[in-house]
Amino acid sequence: MALKASALKVGDSHSEQICENLSRTQIVQYAGSSGDYNPLHSDEVYTTQIAGYPSVFAHGMLTMGMTGKAVTNYVGDGTLTKFGVRFTNQVWPGDTLTAIAKIAELRKEGGQNYVDLVLSTVNQDGKEVMTGNATARIDA
Amino acid sequence: MTKLTFPVEASHIMMFARSIGDTNPVYYDADAAKKTEAGGIIAPPSFAQSVAQFNPDYFLRPKPGQAWFGSGKTATGLTEKSTSSGGLHAEQHFEFHRHIKPGDVLTVESMPGKAWEKESKRAGILKFRESITEYRDQNGELVITARSVGVTTERPVSQS
Repeated sequence: MALKASALKVGDSHSEQICENLSRTQIVQYAGSSGDYNPLHSDEVYTTQIAGYPSVFAHGMLTMGMTGKAVTNYVGDGTLTKFGVRFTNQVWPGDTLTAIAKIAELRKEGGQNYVDLVLSTVNQDGKEVMTGNATARIDA
Repeated sequence: MTKLTFPVEASHIMMFARSIGDTNPVYYDADAAKKTEAGGIIAPPSFAQSVAQFNPDYFLRPKPGQAWFGSGKTATGLTEKSTSSGGLHAEQHFEFHRHIKPGDVLTVESMPGKAWEKESKRAGILKFRESITEYRDQNGELVITARSVGVTTERPVSQS
């Protein structure tokens, strides 16, 4: 259901666990659906021996996709007008991530109400792996 | 720049939603989706990036008869070691004019944006490269404008 401006205030937030013990298989699943087969995400031999990382790691876009799930669960289906993120730390197999969407602004533009959200996705150690912003249309 | 045709199929949207762990029926169940605000099946917000599937030259997909930089008999299929530790995704921004739905045939065009450098303690010199991508539908209407920032690091990102 669409959010209602009258029922919201700046500072309200929605928090959701978006993955638990992220599996290498889910990362492979994302490679298949997105078409991004970079071996850094699925090929442990290449990633540890050639690229120099401790293990394969998730696509940034997988974290964005999973965070998007938390955002749309909050604002409703098809209401997003903007969604932008910055990847700040890598996400590893075994990570458990939580996305937090916090209301930064409620505004009206051309008769339409909007909510601006500030996004933060953190891992099980409280380390921020992604930051972002989103805007959605809401009811009055 | 490259101009791609991206035919949007319901099964692709369903598989994409599964891969991000999103069980919302608006992404796969036509009857349930009809009753939502979206009015029918739509694609998850970050689906647009899957246009990579429709880029015949996409460099992050192995191709028959070509050496692949991932492992096989040896740790990399390339004979010369790359001087770079490879590119990473730094930022991704979408502006939705509407949401993608099955049956759309999108024309996708990318243009290079700004480029800049930054020194970092964790990965040495970082070279950032921006690209702007427009997704237009079968009627020529703009559906999504995307801005992507890629980064090439001097060395692997340290984990401290």
